[in-house]
Amino acid sequence: MGCIESLKYEIILRGASFKECRDYVRTHCSEYYDVKPGFRIFEKAVIGVPPISVGLDGDTVTFPYTKPCYGTFLMRIDDHEEAERIRRIAPGKKK
Amino acid sequence: MSGEKGAEGKRAVLVLGCPQVPIQTSIALYLAAHLRKKGVEPVIAGNRAARLNAEVSDPDRHYTGSVMDIDRFIEDLADAKIRFDYYFIFIHNDAGISYAATVQSITGATVVALIYGEHFQDMADAIEFPCEKIAAKAVHNPMPLKKKIDEVLPWVVSNL
Repeated sequence: MGCIESLKYEIILRGASFKECRDYVRTHCSEYYDVKPGFRIFEKAVIGVPPISVGLDGDTVTFPYTKPCYGTFLMRIDDHEEAERIRRIAPGKKK
Repeated sequence: MSGEKGAEGKRAVLVLGCPQVPIQTSIALYLAAHLRKKGVEPVIAGNRAARLNAEVSDPDRHYTGSVMDIDRFIEDLADAKIRFDYYFIFIHNDAGISYAATVQSITGATVVALIYGEHFQDMADAIEFPCEKIAAKAVHNPMPLKKKIDEVLPWVVSNL
Protein backbone atom coordinates (compact mmCIF):
# COMPACT_ATOMS: atom_id res chain seq x y z
CA MET A 1 0.00 0.00 0.00
CA GLY A 2 3.06 2.24 -0.06
CA CYS A 3 2.86 5.32 2.11
CA ILE A 4 -0.80 4.76 3.00
CA GLU A 5 0.15 1.62 4.95
CA SER A 6 2.42 3.67 7.15
CA LEU A 7 -0.41 6.04 8.10
CA LYS A 8 -2.98 5.47 10.81
CA TYR A 9 -6.06 4.46 8.86
CA GLU A 10 -9.50 3.12 9.59
CA ILE A 11 -11.27 0.76 7.21
CA ILE A 12 -14.94 1.69 6.85
CA LEU A 13 -15.94 -0.79 4.13
CA ARG A 14 -14.07 -3.95 3.19
CA GLY A 15 -14.46 -5.85 -0.11
CA ALA A 16 -16.91 -3.24 -1.29
CA SER A 17 -17.93 -2.35 -4.83
CA PHE A 18 -16.91 0.98 -6.33
CA LYS A 19 -20.59 1.98 -6.27
CA GLU A 20 -20.98 1.15 -2.57
CA CYS A 21 -17.95 3.31 -1.79
CA ARG A 22 -19.28 6.21 -3.85
CA ASP A 23 -22.72 5.97 -2.21
CA TYR A 24 -21.24 5.81 1.29
CA VAL A 25 -19.10 8.91 0.75
CA ARG A 26 -21.96 10.88 -0.74
CA THR A 27 -24.32 9.90 2.06
CA HIS A 28 -22.09 10.06 5.11
CA CYS A 29 -19.42 12.72 4.52
CA SER A 30 -20.11 16.39 5.17
CA GLU A 31 -18.35 17.39 1.93
CA TYR A 32 -17.28 15.39 -1.07
CA TYR A 33 -15.40 15.95 -4.28
CA ASP A 34 -15.66 13.92 -7.48
CA VAL A 35 -12.24 13.12 -8.93
CA LYS A 36 -10.98 11.12 -11.88
CA PRO A 37 -8.92 7.94 -11.65
CA GLY A 38 -5.26 8.82 -11.26
CA PHE A 39 -5.99 11.73 -8.88
CA ARG A 40 -3.44 11.47 -6.08
CA ILE A 41 -4.53 10.89 -2.50
CA PHE A 42 -1.68 10.44 -0.01
CA GLU A 43 0.59 10.34 -3.07
CA LYS A 44 -1.13 7.26 -4.56
CA ALA A 45 -3.05 7.36 -7.82
CA VAL A 46 -6.64 6.51 -6.95
CA ILE A 47 -8.23 3.60 -8.81
CA GLY A 48 -11.92 3.34 -9.62
CA VAL A 49 -14.83 3.96 -11.92
CA PRO A 50 -15.35 7.69 -12.43
CA PRO A 51 -16.69 9.73 -10.83
CA ILE A 52 -14.76 8.69 -7.72
CA SER A 53 -16.15 10.45 -4.67
CA VAL A 54 -13.66 11.53 -2.01
CA GLY A 55 -15.16 12.63 1.30
CA LEU A 56 -13.98 15.23 3.80
CA ASP A 57 -15.11 15.79 7.37
CA GLY A 58 -12.86 18.46 8.78
CA ASP A 59 -9.38 16.95 8.55
CA THR A 60 -10.64 13.41 7.87
CA VAL A 61 -10.24 12.10 4.31
CA THR A 62 -12.48 9.21 3.20
CA PHE A 63 -11.48 7.53 -0.06
CA PRO A 64 -11.56 4.17 -1.89
CA TYR A 65 -8.48 2.00 -2.17
CA THR A 66 -8.52 -0.95 -4.59
CA LYS A 67 -6.37 -4.10 -4.65
CA PRO A 68 -6.82 -6.89 -7.23
CA CYS A 69 -7.46 -9.71 -4.73
CA TYR A 70 -9.33 -7.84 -2.03
CA GLY A 71 -11.61 -5.54 -3.96
CA THR A 72 -12.11 -2.01 -2.75
CA PHE A 73 -11.62 -0.76 0.78
CA LEU A 74 -13.16 2.50 1.85
CA MET A 75 -10.58 4.10 4.15
CA ARG A 76 -10.53 7.04 6.49
CA ILE A 77 -7.39 8.92 7.50
CA ASP A 78 -7.02 12.05 9.62
CA ASP A 79 -4.59 14.40 7.94
CA HIS A 80 -4.96 18.18 7.93
CA GLU A 81 -2.51 18.81 5.09
CA GLU A 82 -4.04 16.23 2.77
CA ALA A 83 -7.59 17.41 3.49
CA GLU A 84 -6.62 20.99 2.70
CA ARG A 85 -4.72 19.91 -0.43
CA ILE A 86 -7.82 18.10 -1.71
CA ARG A 87 -10.02 21.14 -0.96
CA ARG A 88 -7.54 23.29 -2.85
CA ILE A 89 -7.00 21.21 -6.00
CA ALA A 90 -9.87 18.73 -6.39
CA PRO A 91 -11.88 19.80 -9.43
CA GLY A 92 -15.50 19.58 -8.39
CA LYS A 93 -16.97 20.09 -4.93
CA LYS A 94 -20.34 18.37 -4.86
CA LYS A 95 -21.47 18.91 -1.30
CA MET B 1 7.32 -14.41 -37.11
CA SER B 2 4.91 -12.75 -39.50
CA GLY B 3 3.26 -9.69 -38.05
CA GLU B 4 -0.24 -8.45 -38.77
CA LYS B 5 -0.25 -5.45 -41.07
CA GLY B 6 0.10 -2.31 -39.00
CA ALA B 7 0.75 -4.15 -35.72
CA GLU B 8 4.52 -4.67 -35.95
CA GLY B 9 6.48 -2.93 -33.24
CA LYS B 10 3.43 -2.20 -31.14
CA ARG B 11 3.12 -3.05 -27.45
CA ALA B 12 0.23 -4.48 -25.48
CA VAL B 13 -0.21 -4.64 -21.74
CA LEU B 14 -2.11 -7.51 -20.16
CA VAL B 15 -3.40 -6.30 -16.78
CA LEU B 16 -4.02 -9.37 -14.66
CA GLY B 17 -6.45 -9.62 -11.78
CA CYS B 18 -6.28 -11.80 -8.71
CA PRO B 19 -5.19 -15.27 -9.87
CA GLN B 20 -7.97 -17.01 -7.92
CA VAL B 21 -9.78 -17.97 -11.15
CA PRO B 22 -7.80 -20.84 -12.70
CA ILE B 23 -8.06 -19.81 -16.36
CA GLN B 24 -6.40 -16.43 -15.92
CA THR B 25 -2.83 -17.62 -16.39
CA SER B 26 -3.54 -19.92 -19.34
CA ILE B 27 -5.53 -17.23 -21.13
CA ALA B 28 -2.81 -14.65 -20.42
CA LEU B 29 -0.12 -16.89 -21.92
CA TYR B 30 -2.36 -17.79 -24.86
CA LEU B 31 -3.11 -14.14 -25.56
CA ALA B 32 0.56 -13.20 -25.19
CA ALA B 33 1.55 -15.93 -27.67
CA HIS B 34 -1.00 -14.76 -30.23
CA LEU B 35 -0.03 -11.14 -29.85
CA ARG B 36 3.58 -12.11 -30.51
CA LYS B 37 2.54 -13.93 -33.68
CA LYS B 38 0.94 -10.69 -34.83
CA GLY B 39 4.14 -8.76 -34.12
CA VAL B 40 2.86 -7.17 -30.90
CA GLU B 41 5.11 -7.23 -27.81
CA PRO B 42 3.14 -8.28 -24.71
CA VAL B 43 3.89 -6.88 -21.25
CA ILE B 44 2.22 -8.41 -18.21
CA ALA B 45 1.16 -6.25 -15.25
CA GLY B 46 -0.15 -7.87 -12.09
CA ASN B 47 0.33 -8.35 -8.41
CA ARG B 48 3.10 -10.65 -7.22
CA ALA B 49 1.00 -13.82 -7.25
CA ALA B 50 -0.44 -13.17 -10.69
CA ARG B 51 3.01 -12.40 -12.13
CA LEU B 52 4.57 -15.47 -10.55
CA ASN B 53 1.82 -17.71 -11.95
CA ALA B 54 2.67 -16.44 -15.42
CA GLU B 55 6.44 -16.61 -14.92
CA VAL B 56 6.45 -20.12 -13.44
CA SER B 57 4.19 -21.34 -16.26
CA ASP B 58 6.57 -19.90 -18.86
CA PRO B 59 10.06 -20.37 -17.38
CA ASP B 60 11.90 -19.66 -20.63
CA ARG B 61 9.78 -16.58 -21.32
CA HIS B 62 8.57 -17.78 -24.68
CA TYR B 63 5.34 -15.86 -24.25
CA THR B 64 5.38 -13.54 -21.26
CA GLY B 65 8.23 -11.15 -22.02
CA SER B 66 8.40 -8.23 -19.63
CA VAL B 67 6.41 -8.16 -16.41
CA MET B 68 5.66 -5.27 -14.09
CA ASP B 69 4.00 -4.67 -10.76
CA ILE B 70 0.40 -3.50 -11.11
CA ASP B 71 0.84 -0.63 -8.63
CA ARG B 72 3.87 0.62 -10.57
CA PHE B 73 1.89 0.25 -13.81
CA ILE B 74 -0.92 2.49 -12.49
CA GLU B 75 1.51 5.05 -11.03
CA ASP B 76 3.48 5.26 -14.29
CA LEU B 77 0.28 5.51 -16.28
CA ALA B 78 -0.99 8.34 -14.05
CA ASP B 79 2.33 10.15 -14.47
CA ALA B 80 2.19 9.61 -18.26
CA LYS B 81 5.54 7.79 -18.11
CA ILE B 82 4.22 4.80 -20.03
CA ARG B 83 1.68 4.20 -22.75
CA PHE B 84 0.79 1.08 -24.73
CA ASP B 85 -0.88 0.49 -28.06
CA TYR B 86 -3.32 -2.06 -26.62
CA TYR B 87 -4.74 -2.51 -23.12
CA PHE B 88 -6.18 -5.92 -22.20
CA ILE B 89 -7.74 -5.93 -18.74
CA PHE B 90 -8.61 -9.25 -17.07
CA ILE B 91 -11.88 -8.90 -15.15
CA HIS B 92 -13.60 -11.40 -12.89
CA ASN B 93 -14.53 -9.12 -9.99
CA ASP B 94 -15.39 -5.55 -9.12
CA ALA B 95 -11.72 -4.63 -8.68
CA GLY B 96 -11.08 -5.62 -12.29
CA ILE B 97 -13.76 -3.19 -13.45
CA SER B 98 -12.11 -0.45 -11.39
CA TYR B 99 -8.73 -1.12 -13.00
CA ALA B 100 -10.25 -1.14 -16.49
CA ALA B 101 -12.10 2.14 -15.86
CA THR B 102 -8.90 3.66 -14.47
CA VAL B 103 -6.83 2.69 -17.51
CA GLN B 104 -9.55 3.93 -19.87
CA SER B 105 -9.93 7.23 -18.01
CA ILE B 106 -6.21 7.98 -17.77
CA THR B 107 -5.25 6.98 -21.31
CA GLY B 108 -8.43 7.75 -23.24
CA ALA B 109 -7.76 4.51 -25.12
CA THR B 110 -10.35 1.87 -25.92
CA VAL B 111 -9.48 -0.91 -23.51
CA VAL B 112 -10.28 -4.55 -24.15
CA ALA B 113 -12.10 -6.09 -21.19
CA LEU B 114 -11.57 -9.84 -20.91
CA ILE B 115 -14.45 -10.86 -18.67
CA TYR B 116 -14.66 -14.36 -17.23
CA GLY B 117 -15.47 -16.26 -14.06
CA GLU B 118 -18.69 -17.43 -12.45
CA HIS B 119 -20.28 -13.97 -12.50
CA PHE B 120 -19.07 -12.85 -15.91
CA GLN B 121 -22.47 -11.57 -17.04
CA ASP B 122 -22.92 -9.40 -13.92
CA MET B 123 -19.44 -8.00 -14.46
CA ALA B 124 -20.11 -7.31 -18.15
CA ASP B 125 -23.41 -5.60 -17.32
CA ALA B 126 -21.75 -3.42 -14.68
CA ILE B 127 -19.33 -1.90 -17.19
CA GLU B 128 -20.81 1.36 -18.42
CA PHE B 129 -17.71 3.05 -19.81
CA PRO B 130 -16.71 2.58 -23.46
CA CYS B 131 -14.62 -0.54 -24.08
CA GLU B 132 -14.47 -3.70 -26.13
CA LYS B 133 -15.87 -6.62 -24.14
CA ILE B 134 -14.79 -10.22 -24.65
CA ALA B 135 -16.88 -12.21 -22.19
CA ALA B 136 -17.47 -15.89 -21.48
CA LYS B 137 -18.37 -18.09 -18.54
CA ALA B 138 -14.92 -19.58 -18.07
CA VAL B 139 -13.70 -20.61 -14.63
CA HIS B 140 -11.76 -23.88 -14.87
CA ASN B 141 -12.05 -24.49 -18.60
CA PRO B 142 -10.41 -21.76 -20.70
CA MET B 143 -11.97 -22.85 -24.01
CA PRO B 144 -15.07 -20.58 -24.00
CA LEU B 145 -12.90 -17.48 -23.55
CA LYS B 146 -10.19 -18.78 -25.90
CA LYS B 147 -12.80 -19.17 -28.65
CA LYS B 148 -14.01 -15.61 -28.13
CA ILE B 149 -10.43 -14.34 -28.27
CA ASP B 150 -9.83 -16.26 -31.51
CA GLU B 151 -12.90 -14.60 -33.02
CA VAL B 152 -12.10 -11.06 -31.94
CA LEU B 153 -8.33 -10.67 -31.67
CA PRO B 154 -7.63 -10.11 -35.39
CA TRP B 155 -10.17 -7.26 -35.39
CA VAL B 156 -8.78 -5.82 -32.15
CA VAL B 157 -5.20 -5.79 -33.42
CA SER B 158 -6.21 -4.26 -36.74
CA ASN B 159 -8.64 -1.65 -35.47
CA LEU B 160 -7.62 -0.39 -32.02
